[in-house]
Amino acid sequence: MKKIYVQEEWCLRCRLCEYVCAFANSGYEDMSAALKDKPINPLINVEENGKISYAVSCRHCDEPSCVKSCISGAISKIDGVIRIDRDKCVGCFTCVLSCPYGAVMAGPGGAAMKCELCINNGVGSPMCVKYCPNRAIILK
Amino acid sequence: MNYVIIGNSIAAVGGIEGIRRADKQGAITVISAEPHHVYSRPLISYLLEGKTDLQRIKYRPDNFYETNGCAVKRGIRAVKIDKEAKKVTLENGESVGYDKLLIAGGARPFIPRISGLEKYGYHTFMTLDDALKIEKKIENTPNARVLILGAGLIGLKCAEAVHKKAKEITVADMADRILPSILDAESAGIIQRHLESYGIKFMLSAAVDLDKAQFDILCVCTGVIPETEIAKDAGLEVGRGIVIDARAMTSADDIYAAGDCTESYSVVTQKRGAVPILPNAYAQGETAGINMAGGDAEYDKAMPINAIGFFGKHILTAGVYEGTEYKRLSQGSVRKLFMENNALKGFIFIDDFKKAGIYSALIREKNDLSGLDADMLLSGDIGLKAYSKEERDKILRK
Ligand SMILES: Cc1cc2nc3c(=O)[nH]c(=O)nc-3n(C[C@H](O)[C@H](O)[C@H](O)COP(=O)(O)OP(=O)(O)OC[C@H]3O[C@@H](n4cnc5c(N)ncnc54)[C@H](O)[C@@H]3O)c2cc1C
Repeated sequence: MKKIYVQEEWCLRCRLCEYVCAFANSGYEDMSAALKDKPINPLINVEENGKISYAVSCRHCDEPSCVKSCISGAISKIDGVIRIDRDKCVGCFTCVLSCPYGAVMAGPGGAAMKCELCINNGVGSPMCVKYCPNRAIILK
Repeated sequence: MNYVIIGNSIAAVGGIEGIRRADKQGAITVISAEPHHVYSRPLISYLLEGKTDLQRIKYRPDNFYETNGCAVKRGIRAVKIDKEAKKVTLENGESVGYDKLLIAGGARPFIPRISGLEKYGYHTFMTLDDALKIEKKIENTPNARVLILGAGLIGLKCAEAVHKKAKEITVADMADRILPSILDAESAGIIQRHLESYGIKFMLSAAVDLDKAQFDILCVCTGVIPETEIAKDAGLEVGRGIVIDARAMTSADDIYAAGDCTESYSVVTQKRGAVPILPNAYAQGETAGINMAGGDAEYDKAMPINAIGFFGKHILTAGVYEGTEYKRLSQGSVRKLFMENNALKGFIFIDDFKKAGIYSALIREKNDLSGLDADMLLSGDIGLKAYSKEERDKILRK
C-alpha cells in the first residue's frame, strides 16, 4: 500500500490540505456547507516550526500503538491502512493518548478519527496529495 | 510446536497475534474460564449503559480463533501447571500438554472485609456476566438505589453506566477523594463536581456502615488483585503479580506471563510493579507470543496511561505526578504537566487533550525538553517540534 510522505522544504503553509481534508471527511457535498463559518476537523495538520512547516497525518505505522492500545478493538490495519471502526469506537481516546505523532483526534460525533487515505470517505485517493499546490505532500 | 494460553482476554489476544507473527503453523490451545468470545473488558460499562451491544463488544471478529488456528476450551479453568511434565490440568481433570505456555489470567475483584457484605449480597463489576447480572437486577428493582463501594475507575464507570436506570446512586470510599490512581486532588475535585451535577452522591473519608446505608443494589468496586495462585503453586516467582522479565518470561523455562496477572520492571518508572491497563496487557501478550514462537521482542516501557470519560468529560493522563507542576485551568478544562530535570514525568489533561500522545511519548522516551519553553508545552501547540529534526524527518518520510 502507498503512503503519504511530507517534504517540509516544499510546504508553503497555505493549509489547503487541511481544508480539502476537512471537506472530504465532512460528509457534505458542498464545500461551503462543509467549511464556511464552522470549526473544521481536518485529519492532517500543518505545523509551523520557526521558518519551516510541514503537514502531519497518520503514518500508518508498522507497529501501531493506536491499534495495540485500543480498548474496544475498533482500530485495525487492513491492507496497510490503519482504519477505525467508528461504530465500535466508544470514544475513550486511548488512541489519542497513544499516538506519538498526534495524528489521531476526537471526531465531531464522539468517535476517534484519523487519516485513512481517503478510502473510507468515498473519495478514493488522498485529497491532500491531489490539491497540495507545491507537491509537498506526495503518495508513493 | 504446541502453544497453550491460560486466559482468553486482552493479553491472550496479544499472545495469539504475537505467536502468529512468527509462527503460522503451531497449534494454539486457549483455556478460557469465561464462556464468551473474547470481549473488551473496559466496555462492560458501555454495555450496561446501552452504548454498545453483545456484538460490538467483541474485541476481535467472530472468526478470530478460526483465522488464527486456535482451539478454545470455553467455560473451564486451568487448575494446575506441572512444569516438569509440561502440562496444564483443567478443572475437569483433563490435561493439556504444552511446549510453550502463556499465563494470561488477569485479575479478579478484591473484596474487602466489611461486615454485612454476605448478608446483603453484592455485585462485582469485572466481567460481561457481572454487567448482565447488574442490568437484570436493576430492571427488576423499580426505583433502585445503588450503592457503589470504591470511587476508582471501575466504581465510577459503574456509576455512570447505571445512571439512567437507577433512582439514586451513592459512591462510598474510605479515601478523601475520587480517582486517586489517576488524578491529583484539584482535578479530582473538578470531576467530582461534574459527577455530582449528574446526581451522583459521594460518601468519602469514611468506612461505610451497611446496616445504616440505604440501598437496594450493592456493587463492590474496591480494586483488583492479580490471579497468581496457579503460578505460585507451580513454584514460579511471584510478588504481587507473577514476575516477568522484558521478554515476558517467568522464572520457569518455557512459561511466559502477560497482562494484569504480572509484575515487571519498567525503565520508564524505574520500578518493578504492575501496570494494570489494557494497552500494557496487549503489549506484554504480544511480546510473549513473539518470543514463544522463537522471535525476539522486548517490552520494558510500561507506564500508566489512562483515557476515560464521564458524561462527556474526558480525562487523559499519563506517567507520574512528580517534580514541578505547570498548569492551565479554564472553565472545566485542565492541562497540567509535571517536569523534572528538563524531562516530562506526567500529565493530566481534562477536556483539552489535543496531541496528548506526543506527551506520552515524551515521558516514555525521556526526551530532553530544555529547548522548549513551558508555555508552549502547556499550550498543546507542540506537534512534532517536540522531536529533533532528524527524528522528524524519519517520522514524515518513513
Ligand atoms: C470496568 C472496567 C473498566 C476498565 N477500563 C479500562 C480503561 O478504560 N482503560 C484501560 O487501559 N484498562 C481498563 N480496564 C482494565 C483492563 O480491562 C485490563 O487491564 C485488561 O483487561 C487486562 O487484560 P488481561 O488479559 O491481562 O486480563 P483479564 O482481562 O482480566 O482477563 C483474564 C481472563 O483470564 C481468565 N482466567 C483467569 N484464570 C484462569 C484460569 N486459571 N483458567 C482459565 N482462565 C482463567 C479470566 O476469567 C479472564 O477472562 C478496565 C477494567 C474494568 C473491569
